[in-house]
Parts: sequence; structure tokens; C-alpha cells
Amino acid sequence: MVKLIARRLALGVLTIMLVSGIIFVGVEVLPGDACTAYLQRAAQGKRLENCRRDSGLERPALTRYVKWTLGAVRGDFGVSMKRKTLISKTVGTRFRNTVILGVTASIIGVPLAILLGIIAALWRDRLPDLWVSTTAIFAMTIPEFVSSTVLILIFSVWLGWLPGIVITRPDAPLFEFLSDIILPIVALALVMTAHILRMVRTSVIDVMASDYVQMARLKGVPYGQMVFRHVLPNALLPTINLVALTIAWLLGGTIVIEVVFNYPGLGRLMLQAIFFRDLAMVQAIALILATLYVGLNLFADLLTLVANPRLRTMQRSRP
Amino acid sequence: MGDPLVQVKNLGIGFTSRAGLFLPILRNIDLAIGEGETIGLVGESGCGKSTLALAMMGYLKSGLRVLEGESQFHGRNVFDMDERALEDIRGGELALIPQNAGQSLTPTSRIGRQINESVKLHTRLAKEQRRERVIELLSQVRLPQPQELLNRYPHELSGGQQQRVAIAMALAGEPDVLLLDEPTTGLDVTTQAHILELLRDLATETGTAMVYVSHDLGAIARVSDRIAVMYAGEFVLEGSAHQVLKQPAHPYARGLLLSIPRLQEAVVPASMPGLPPSPGEAGQGCAFADRCPMAEQVCGDNRPVLEPTAMQELVRCHFHERVEQLPLPESPKRPDRSNLDELNNILRFDNVAISYAKPSIVDQILNRQPDVTPTVDKIDLTICRGETIGLVGESGSGKSTILRAIAGLLPPQSGTITYDKAESLNTSVGERGKDLLRSVQLIFQNPDASLNPRHTVAELLAQPLRLYFGLNGDKLRERSVTLLERVRLRADYLERLPSQLSGGEKQRVAVARAFAAEPKLVLCDEVTSALDVSVQAAVLHLLTQLQVDHGTTYIFVSHDLAVVRALADRVAVLYQGRLCEMGPSENVYRSPSHPYTEVLLGAVLEPDPDAELVLAAEDAVDLFPPAKGCPFHRRCPRHVGDICGNETPPWQPTEFGHAIRCHIPLGELRDMQYQSVTTH
Amino acid sequence: MRATTNIEPVKPEGVFVRLLAVLLAMLSRPSGRVGLILVAFHVVLAIVSPAIAPYDFKELSAQIILNAPSSEHWFGTDNLGRDVFTRTMLGGRQALLVTTVSTVLAITWGGFLGILLGLVGRRLDEILMRLVDAFLCLPWILVLLLIVVMVGSGPGVLILTLGFFYGIPVIRMARAATHDVVALDFVTAARARGESRSTIVWRELVPNVLDVLLVEGAMRWSWMLLAFSSLSFLGFGATPPTPDWGLMISNARSFMSFAPWAALAPVVALSSLIIGINLSADALAKVLGIDRAQKAPV
Repeated sequence: MVKLIARRLALGVLTIMLVSGIIFVGVEVLPGDACTAYLQRAAQGKRLENCRRDSGLERPALTRYVKWTLGAVRGDFGVSMKRKTLISKTVGTRFRNTVILGVTASIIGVPLAILLGIIAALWRDRLPDLWVSTTAIFAMTIPEFVSSTVLILIFSVWLGWLPGIVITRPDAPLFEFLSDIILPIVALALVMTAHILRMVRTSVIDVMASDYVQMARLKGVPYGQMVFRHVLPNALLPTINLVALTIAWLLGGTIVIEVVFNYPGLGRLMLQAIFFRDLAMVQAIALILATLYVGLNLFADLLTLVANPRLRTMQRSRP
Repeated sequence: MGDPLVQVKNLGIGFTSRAGLFLPILRNIDLAIGEGETIGLVGESGCGKSTLALAMMGYLKSGLRVLEGESQFHGRNVFDMDERALEDIRGGELALIPQNAGQSLTPTSRIGRQINESVKLHTRLAKEQRRERVIELLSQVRLPQPQELLNRYPHELSGGQQQRVAIAMALAGEPDVLLLDEPTTGLDVTTQAHILELLRDLATETGTAMVYVSHDLGAIARVSDRIAVMYAGEFVLEGSAHQVLKQPAHPYARGLLLSIPRLQEAVVPASMPGLPPSPGEAGQGCAFADRCPMAEQVCGDNRPVLEPTAMQELVRCHFHERVEQLPLPESPKRPDRSNLDELNNILRFDNVAISYAKPSIVDQILNRQPDVTPTVDKIDLTICRGETIGLVGESGSGKSTILRAIAGLLPPQSGTITYDKAESLNTSVGERGKDLLRSVQLIFQNPDASLNPRHTVAELLAQPLRLYFGLNGDKLRERSVTLLERVRLRADYLERLPSQLSGGEKQRVAVARAFAAEPKLVLCDEVTSALDVSVQAAVLHLLTQLQVDHGTTYIFVSHDLAVVRALADRVAVLYQGRLCEMGPSENVYRSPSHPYTEVLLGAVLEPDPDAELVLAAEDAVDLFPPAKGCPFHRRCPRHVGDICGNETPPWQPTEFGHAIRCHIPLGELRDMQYQSVTTH
Repeated sequence: MRATTNIEPVKPEGVFVRLLAVLLAMLSRPSGRVGLILVAFHVVLAIVSPAIAPYDFKELSAQIILNAPSSEHWFGTDNLGRDVFTRTMLGGRQALLVTTVSTVLAITWGGFLGILLGLVGRRLDEILMRLVDAFLCLPWILVLLLIVVMVGSGPGVLILTLGFFYGIPVIRMARAATHDVVALDFVTAARARGESRSTIVWRELVPNVLDVLLVEGAMRWSWMLLAFSSLSFLGFGATPPTPDWGLMISNARSFMSFAPWAALAPVVALSSLIIGINLSADALAKVLGIDRAQKAPV
């Protein structure tokens, strides 16, 4: 068991390293370099030379890669070309904000999704299921910018309950954000819940049709007990990985929500960095988000390893 | 007999098809089960026996509903009971032992907990008492170390152990009636025998009544007091086990019994023509009329009712008195065996070892073979041209592995396989020439998986014809039609897809495909194991006929000793990938035998109520084959000492080209085995 | 994942007959009906709209800024005085063009590579799958945005980029499907016969993996649309003055409180198309008997 965990951890580290390589190579491959990209039309003559010298672009790619990765491990991503400040500082607060968004949305969304998914499966094809599933389909397929816009329309413009955009400073302490965060969280949670709900529903339906559930019924297990002891553990186990994947995937896409609500998170920073062609910043953000993704998957895999009796007992020999 | 525990009255169950028609699965079922008696419900696939067993619990698969009649338990109709009442009796007084225990046990719940659940639901014991009861139940089903087993998960147990757990779970509620739905399907021969003995003993110990559903007449014969034979959803024969098995009064039952291969008879059993009707196809008259050897006009017009006979059976046949006088069907001609010559061999194994282990990087660098005990080892075998050699063994015996090696899918790790005294078969498929590929053909067990569901029969047959003979167009079609005729399928089957064929028809297509290449050697990997008994007989027929016509050599792999007896001239017995015994069939099936062969023979279930099972070895699960010594020494009932585990036993030949690999001298072996037979 | 389907597969020559059978089966389900109708509607609209649009989509007019819906402008006008109805009708054209082509691209190259990897196995497979997994860790929108910014936007770049990146998860899926099919006896039978590799791939594998790829393709299409309209919304997809729903919604946001019609029309249009595709994909999966259950959005 310990061996399995160690292997999984090693794999995670390997993946992150690979990703860092891909990011670096990807940026290198793009036409021009960090300086020509940023300076654009002004990229010539002395200015270009100075820029290159300051950024250390004369050194060979491999050296730069190693320097970058070593720095990244320490949390130092270099200096942003646009802001002339340490990237880590800027990214730090934005990262915190995005994580708050993600974590809160998950805390609300995941349990809600599981509950609704189970309900939809148990009342399959009847009224509760039709309601839940239809709403889920809508929430899933309507683009986030649309649903966010609609939310603003309803809650901010028409009802006036909540602010439509965030005007608090990015690095302000948490409690100042509170009322600002509610709508973005709802927007994110909506999509998250819809996706996870559908997976849970399908999983529960599959398990309900299995031989062992039929057997439980045929040995006289009452319905409620059957659901809790025989159906749920087997239905929810395989969804752990998918839930993690969904959350990770959605976090990569919070940019749209952040733009609509003007939320000072990593997504908006990313957009700005790309717009201004601040490649060092872009690289840093890419690496952070990718690490977050790998981390979430790792967590899910380890959780599954511990919870799944089949994997837990793999080392034991048969009696 | 007092009041019956279960009483089924004129039960009819069916479903509504997509076209809106109501199709029956069960018709006019009447059955009474009294205290302590065991009834066997026997029939082939689709006859409705499982539906009936589940219906006795008030359970219907989705889409089915009761058309008429009722099923009573202790006088109450189960279809009138509410959920609570049903939950009360299910698992309690009326318990089910399911078909596939491995899939019927909840994977995320420990064994102890699952059995405890049953105890808690159906008894009033307190917590500590329950734990004791669970251990008691596990011991009752003869599982070793019950305290430890409590904490295990279902997937950690072997198939046999899982089935025992399922039995323990069913016994938890101290049932009056046990329903067993094919409980030994999928288990090894020896395991199956042990489970059946257990069930018999339990029935005697606890006095529980049992309803044993199976397609296997051998298993039914072993446990039942009474037998009911089902065909197309109705009972066609019901009577005492003895009567039904020895003198069946219904032509179908008779045909069924005749199509079962017997250990003592080296003949391919007779087969019944045609197929059972699908639900709704039966029509006005007797469901069996179109296949019956003595059918007359009235059979097609009037459906017969169940009538009592002189021997106190119930028969559904207009002419049941005449069944006794039906002539025995002709057995197909066996090919001439007198000229089998070892020197004229087609295949030769010299100390062959085969392994699935792939060399790791380290091994590749050092250019050596992986240091793992091979799956198959020390095979020395010669196969004569034109013979049928049977490879028998249970799961893990390596028989399929050997076939794959011959076919070139898995080259041997060491030793040589020589084809036709000239070519080496140590090559993989890619390295072989067209001629060699053509000469060796493989037929698989499950036709659902071995025929591409997207291809028509025409396409399936065209592939080898194109590949080996370059045929096209009209010539191709002509040859395909001829091939179909040879396997007794009409030309219009060419346009059909596998999903439109029955199991037996699909397997015929697979046979036709193999013979399209005009092979010299055909490898049959459990080709009849997935088929119903009567269909199996037909396919065996077919294979024999083809051999007579073409002089093909067969290597016939099977776990079913009776089938192998019917077909094979010589037999080789394998245990964990090593040869134990080898020789002409009649010698192998007689004493002296290798101890493992002895165990196998003792475990065969013949549809004979007087036959006794001989359980010599323990039903244990062997993990790894040993590097040295006899592979069977851990389970061998005739173990003589350390020598068995340390030294590889030598081949001891007898006359007739029969050899046994054992440390015990043959004379002693023969005496010991003679003694065992006479003391039983 | 099953290698067989509910639909009666017809002879290889009868591909069109099969297509028809599948479509009919889809129409027999309510979700399929609604889905296919929506999709068909939008496709037809995209094709004929230039011919029937009442106004020129570029036509600016300072006088009629943000007019409410009227008999002349059924959906009102936007902040530059352009007719919303016209722009909505034309708004799906580029989106559909780009996403359709890139979906086909993604499924083709992803499916091809996936099947190949599923067959080859071992070393190459291991290495490439690690790479694929690493690629999937990257935030997709960042990559898309970066490429568009550095290389330039325009339908060509968008098609290639979307096609490439959305093909990567298809590799995994095709590989898994291939593994499932290869394990079946009929493939072993073909190998034992000595059939050539290409015969095994084209005759045995592809027909059985195709169904899975088809359903995957339908799902991919809706994700592509989402991605494309998100890109347009952010200003990195379709460029003005091209009428595009994402772009329109982005523009109309600031005026939503007093002129919601400018945003409402494209919202309904975009949503209905995406929902239509999703419902169709669902119906297709059910009809073909494919278990789409455990699919994460990637």
C-alpha cells in the first residue's frame, strides 16, 4: 500500500516536471522572444538589447529553464515585465482570491451535487429527476459568461440585492470581499454542481442495476438500508476521480467568470498578462494552474486508493 | 406430506414486446414443495427456470408481469404481499443462493458484515451472539479460519469460497426453503463437486427444502429427490429423480439425456434437430412438436396437458407411452483409428516451457529470460496425424496457453514445437509463411466474442478465403456457400449478422471459418463449453463429421471429461501447466491413474442418480506452480513424502503408449485405487 | 464500454442505410427529436441567413442606438445602431464553421493516434501517454489565448488550435476503446490467421471503435462551441465587425440594465444551439448503446 502511494506521488512529480518542460518549450516555440513580444513595435535597437540583457535572454535555453524551475520551486518567478515587480507578489494575492472562489464553490457545490444526483437517480424518470436533470443540462450547456450575465441581470440590475462587479482592491483582506463574492461563487457552483450531479446520477443508476444490489433486495434488506450500505459506497467511489477532474478543469476556466464580475483573481491576471504579452507572468501562471490540477488529481487518486477495498488489499495474498 | 411450503398454482408470467404483443415466459406452472425435499428444475437456456425460481420469492425482473395464477409461500400468495412482508420472508424463511456469488456480494463490504446483515434482519440475536452465529455459519459451510475470513472482502476469495459465503448468508435466516439458481456455474469441476456435497449434507442436517435450478443434469442428479423438466416455459415432465433420469417419459427429456456425453462411452452423443421456440412462437400445439421424432398431426394442433403415468410421473405428451419404444439414435461414425502412427506425427513438443512474463528492461540488457516459473513447463508430447487429442485440466492448467503457443500468439520460452517433422513452431504469427498459417487454425470458446459483431457471415467467411486463397467475387461466394452447407447452414445465412444467430449457429460459423482455410490441424479451445447440452452434441457431431471427411487433426481442450471422452483418441491431463498423465482415452479413464486424474474422474457429475461422487482431494486453491517436484503434491491425497515436493516425478510408461508421472510405482497405485473404489 | 450496439449494424456497403437507421432511432426519442430539430434549425439558418437578412450587419447609425424592439427592428438595435435581428441570424455562421471543421479535425487526428497507441502498446505508448497527461494539465484557455495573441486570430488559426488541443483528450478515449476491443477474441482470431496489421485495424477495430468516436465527436462539438464563444467573449475569437454571439454578448453587457434585448437575443441563440447539440449527443449515445457515463468535461 505504501508502495502504491509512493509510486503515485512520484508520478505526480514527474507530471509536473513534464508540464514545466512543455510550458517552457511552448513559450520558446512561439515567434520571437519575451522581449520582442512585450515591446512589440518598439522592439528594436538599444531598447531591445537592454531588455534582453536584463531578462537574461542571451543565455542558452536549457540554462534559463533550469534557473526558472529552480526559482519556481522556491516561489520566485522572476520579475514581471509590465509591472516591474516580483511576479510572486502579484500572483500570490490573485491566487488566493481564485482559490477562495474555487474552494467555496466546491464546498457548496460538491455535497449539493451528490445529494441531487442521488435523488435524481433514485426517482429516475419521475418528477424529481426530470426537474433536476433538466436544470442540470441547462446549467451545463449554457456558457459561463451567459449564466454569469444572467445572474447579474437578475440579482444586481433587477433586484439590486448584490453588487454586479467587484470593485474592492485585489489585495484587500477577506471580509471586504464577502458580498462581492456571492454571485461569482454561485455562477461557478452552478456549473460545477451540474456536471458532478450528472456523473453521480449515472453512477448510482448503474449500481442500482448490479447483481449485488439485486441480491441485497432478495435477502430482505429494506430499501433505505440498501441504498446507504450497498448502493452509495459503490456508486460514489468511482466518482471521486471524476469530481476532482471536473473541479480542476473548471478552475482552469474561471477566467470568464472573473472577467464578467471583474473579480481580481488569477484568471483576469492571466488575461492581462497575455494581452500585454508579459510572457514571464504567463509562464508562471500556467505552471501554478497546472500544478493545482496535478495536485487535485493526486489527492483524488490517493483518496480512491485508501477508500477502495480492492486497491487497499492488493498486497494481501489469498487465504 | 403436510402442507406444502411452496405452492405454485397455474402460474403464467410474460412480458410485452416492443411491438405490443404479450409473450409468455412461463405457462401453467403447478408445483408443490414439501418440507425437506429437494426439487431439481432442469432445462436449457430460455426455458424459464430462473424466472420461476425468482417468482417464488415474488421477484420479477423489470418488464415481466404475472399473467395468471399465483405462487404461495406458507399459504400466502407472494404477489399479493406488500414490500414489508416480502422483506420479511426473503433471506429469512425463503432464501436465495445466487448464480454468480462473486458478483452478488457487495464489493465494498466485508464478508462478516454482509452475513451479519442477514442474521440481524432475520433473527433476534444480540450483537455478541450474532458474531458467534456468523462464525458458526462460516464453519457450517466448511470455510477454514472463519475468524479471519470475517474481515476479508469478497474479491479476496476464490470462486468456490465466494459461493460458500453465499450459502452461509442464505442459511443465516434458518430458511425453510432454499432457492438455488445455478450455484455452481463457472466453478471448477472439483470445486463444483465439493459444493454439491456440501449442499446435500446441509439438506440432510438442517432439513431445509431446496429448489435447485440448473441446466446441468449431472448436478441435478446429485442433489434432487424429484425432478421437473422444463421446455419453452412449461413443465413437460415431473417425477422422482430416479424415474426421470432412468426412464424419462417425455421425448424431450429423453433426447436431452441422450445428448449428454458419458464417461464410460467413447461415442459422440446423439443430438436433437432444431431449436427451442422463442417466447410466443410456440403456437397452438405441443411446443416440442417440430423437433419430436414421433410427432403426429394431433401434436401440432393440440397442446397436451400434464397427465399422470403409471409410474406416478406427470407428462405433457400425447404419446408418452410410446417413448420407451423409440429406437436409440445412431451414433455418428468415428474415424478409423487403426493406422495412428507416432512416427507419422504432425506436431511434436520437446521439453517446451511457455511463459507470459515479458523480459523487463534489466533482463533485456543482460539478455536473459525473466526468472519466473513458467506458466507451462516440461511438455513432451507427440500428436499423430489425423487423431483427436484431448487436453484436460481445470482453470490455470495452461491448456489454452499451449494452444496459443501452437498458433504463434505466444512463442515458447524454451524447448521446441515441431510441425510436420520439419518446421519449427517457435515462431510468432508474423514470422510464419502463409502455408503454415493456413494449416493451423484456432476455434474459440465464446462465439459472441470470436465473431466480429459488425461483419456478416459472408464477410466472416470471406476473410480466410481472401487471405489464403486470394478468392474474390463469384468464386468467393460459391466457396462460402459450400462451407455453410458443410456445417449445415443454409445459404441465406450469408447475409446475417452474428446478433441474428443462435449460440449454436454462431459456433458453426466459427467452425466453418476455421475449415475455410482447409487446415491440417484445428485447435479447439473449449468450443462447446458455452453451449447448451443439446447444441453441444450437434457441434461435436459436426466436428466428427468434418474429421472423417478431411482427415484433420484436432487438439481438443476442455475441462469436461465426458466430452473429451466422446471425442478424443488420446488424452493428456494437465495440472498447473505440467503434464500428469497421457495416453489412449480408455487407459487414462481407467485405473491406474495419476492421483489428479483420479480426483477429476471422481468429481465428474453424471446424470445418474446412483452414481457416487468421490471427493479425494481438498477443495484448495493452489497459488503458484513449483519449480521442482510434482505440481500436485500440495493437494495430493496419495502424497508419499518429501520426495513429492522435491523431485520431479518420472514418467512411468505402461503398455499401450500410456504414461503416468508419479513417484508411486504403478502397481501400488493400481492397488490403492482399486481399494478406494471397492470401499465406496 | 461495449463493442456491440443496439442498432442492427448493416453490411459495410450500407453505410448510408445505417446512418438513416441511426437518425430515425434518434428521432424516436424525445431528447433526440428536440436536439436534432434545434441543430438542424441553426445549421439551415447559418446557411441561408445572408440571403434573407433584412439589414446589413455592418450598417451603423447614430440615430437609432439602443432602440427597443419595434416593427422595423424586431430585436431592436445595439449600441452602434446595428440591427440585432440581423446580427443574431448571422451570429452563428463563423462559430459553426470553425467548430465543425475543428471537431472533425480533433476526432480524426485524436482518434487515429489513439487507436494507433492502443495497438502499439508498451514503450511508445507509455511515453506518449505521460505526455498526453501532462498536456491535459494545462489550463486550456490560457493556451488558446496565448496562441491566438502571438500567432494572430482569424478562422484558420482558431480551427487549427482548437482542433489540435481538443484532439488530445480524444486520444485517451480512443486508446481506451481500442484496448477494450483488442481484448476480444475476434481480434485475436484475426491475428492468429495472420492478417496484416492494416487489415486488423481497418476491418476489425475501426468499425467497432467508430461508434464511440461518433458520440465523442458530438460532445466535442458542443465543447468547441463553448470554447469559441468564450474566446469571442473575451475578445480573442471572432473579431469585429463580424457578428458573433459571444462578441455581441460581450458588447451588450454594459448596457444590460436598460437595453437587455441586445444581450438576450444572442444568449437565446447560443444556448439553444449548445443545448440542441448536447441533447442530440445524449440521444446518439443511447441509440448506439454507449455508456457515456464517466466522462469528465475534458
